[in-house]
Amino acid sequence: MGMLELRSIDKVYRSRGRPAVHAVRSLDMAVEKGEIVALLGSSGCGKTSTLRMIAGFESVTAGSIALRGRRIDELPPARRKVAMAFEGYSLYPPLTVRENIAFALKSQQLSRSEVSRRVEAIARLVEIDDILESYPRVISGGQQQRVSLARALVRDADLYLLDEPMGQLEPQLRAVLRGRIKSLLAEREMTAIFVTHDQTEASALADRIVVMEDGVLQQFASEKELKERPANLFVASFIGEPPMNLLEMEVKQAGSGFRLSAGPDVAFDISGDGLDQAARGVLAAVPRVQVGIRPQRIGVGEGAVRVRIGSNQWLGDQSHIAGECAGYLLIAVIPNRIAARPGDVVQFAIAPRHLNIFGPDGVCIRHAEVS
Amino acid sequence: MEHESLAGRIFRGAALTLILVFFMFPIVWILLMSFQTNEQILRIPPRILFEPTLANYEALISGQLRTAAGNLEITFMRNLWNSFVLSSGAVVLALLLGVPAAYAFARFKFRLGETIAFTLLSFRFAPPLLVLLPLSLYYQELGLNDTYVGIVWVYQLIALPLILWIVRGYFEDISPDIEHAYRLAGHSWSEAFTRIAVPLAGPGIAAAGLLSFIFCWNNFIFALILASADKQPVTVGALAFVTASGIQYGQIAAAIVLSVTPTLLLALYAQRYLVEGLSLGAVKG
Repeated sequence: MGMLELRSIDKVYRSRGRPAVHAVRSLDMAVEKGEIVALLGSSGCGKTSTLRMIAGFESVTAGSIALRGRRIDELPPARRKVAMAFEGYSLYPPLTVRENIAFALKSQQLSRSEVSRRVEAIARLVEIDDILESYPRVISGGQQQRVSLARALVRDADLYLLDEPMGQLEPQLRAVLRGRIKSLLAEREMTAIFVTHDQTEASALADRIVVMEDGVLQQFASEKELKERPANLFVASFIGEPPMNLLEMEVKQAGSGFRLSAGPDVAFDISGDGLDQAARGVLAAVPRVQVGIRPQRIGVGEGAVRVRIGSNQWLGDQSHIAGECAGYLLIAVIPNRIAARPGDVVQFAIAPRHLNIFGPDGVCIRHAEVS
Repeated sequence: MEHESLAGRIFRGAALTLILVFFMFPIVWILLMSFQTNEQILRIPPRILFEPTLANYEALISGQLRTAAGNLEITFMRNLWNSFVLSSGAVVLALLLGVPAAYAFARFKFRLGETIAFTLLSFRFAPPLLVLLPLSLYYQELGLNDTYVGIVWVYQLIALPLILWIVRGYFEDISPDIEHAYRLAGHSWSEAFTRIAVPLAGPGIAAAGLLSFIFCWNNFIFALILASADKQPVTVGALAFVTASGIQYGQIAAAIVLSVTPTLLLALYAQRYLVEGLSLGAVKG
């Protein structure tokens, strides 16, 4: 049994005179003890609503939430044993940073020395130990965010909810804190869910990532799996930097397999053996499918696909080469530099085993082979 | 502003002076009048230089007014006390009712919420005379006529909407997440209200309270109709100086000075709170 279980959660916002907003739709999700989960999605996808329902500031329209086997969706926030860091920091203005953090420990009835020991430890971790006696109004946004984070992490709670915990921090500090927070969470086996729209942050901090869009959970998996085995077109086009190349291809039966093509140069033979029954059924029935190829899986320099280069960028450790082929934009990522200029024609190599094929409803019917 | 031309600065200074003189002159004149006898006041042409007298203030404080028609008892100090009791009573009641209501309107969206809030505000739009006649009739029926309770109650028409709408704005300015954070730390919403929301809106509540105190203090018509002599505030009490033997301008002026002073001090004090209250927004994340 999971630490946190959300069962068919629905959230509908109704306001008079306006159409109801269905923010979260039949969300099922189970988080294990000690696991760090990221809710990733664009703004308005329902990730913050989900977090706030777990914290208890939004009611659940339908469904249930259980934390450590206790049903919590009817409990007031105070009794859920949940700690949260808010996106807007929400520090108490009349209290110093130290008091703000210590405040979270008040209900735990610890000795004064224990409180100050804990406050100082967490303050050192997020590098705010030099501003403990300052008031929130005089410290920067990034510092306020770290205070808010410290105030959540200092508590003993069953679950830690972090809403965009590092959005305001400088990149360098962000990288350092990510590492420290991750090891703190791991060391104390804390279960945490954080909301972010930053894929790098999600991959760096989370064990598993929930990708949400339009209030619907698209996929809940590790970063590697999201990249290699996207559940649908949305995940394929959302995850990865740059995201997967998507091309619409014509489907033709060819012996026991299928031939996918997007123009004379771009054709692939997919053998029927690697496909399951359902995938074969879909491919036999539809005239066209969406096909996805990870940019990292494309070879550059030789191959059957002729691409007219649009841009060739060296990013210091990899090249992003974008070009046009059969009316589609293809991006390849390779670890070395090549001497291609815009307008040149370069050959790209795409192996049929690296194709992800998506059915007409957007669901992935065949994943690319990993390796 | 820094590169304003000399002419511009002179013009601005002149305009400010003009406005200041226009609005401040009557107050200065009243102050001067309060130190003159009726004869000195009614002199034509009036003089700026005169021999000041404290007779007006003495008469007010002792309660004995000597006129040509004989000695007249005046109850000015009693009126001043009434003003104080009625206004502070009204403000305390309005704060007790208005602050929780303002919080509810700011935090919760409920059916007819906006309508109720607007209806309460609309009490300020209606001319008091509109409601006074029916009000005085059923105040007589209820036995509330000429009681402190009755007047404090009717003053809610003045104080409650003011407090409700000002304080509501302050509550809306406080991020609800500050209360949420407090509640997650193991506190109920009522604790979040009393320990977080009210203290944070403190300057706003103080400003609204002081402002409505001034409005209640300055009210005339409600007390004129609903209160008899011993419950009347200064605004109505000043009518006593229109006597059979003439209008006692000197005493009126002194009475005005005495009754304006507390509200003027309050206004100066509230100004500080208003500024402090308005800067609360800067604290938000």
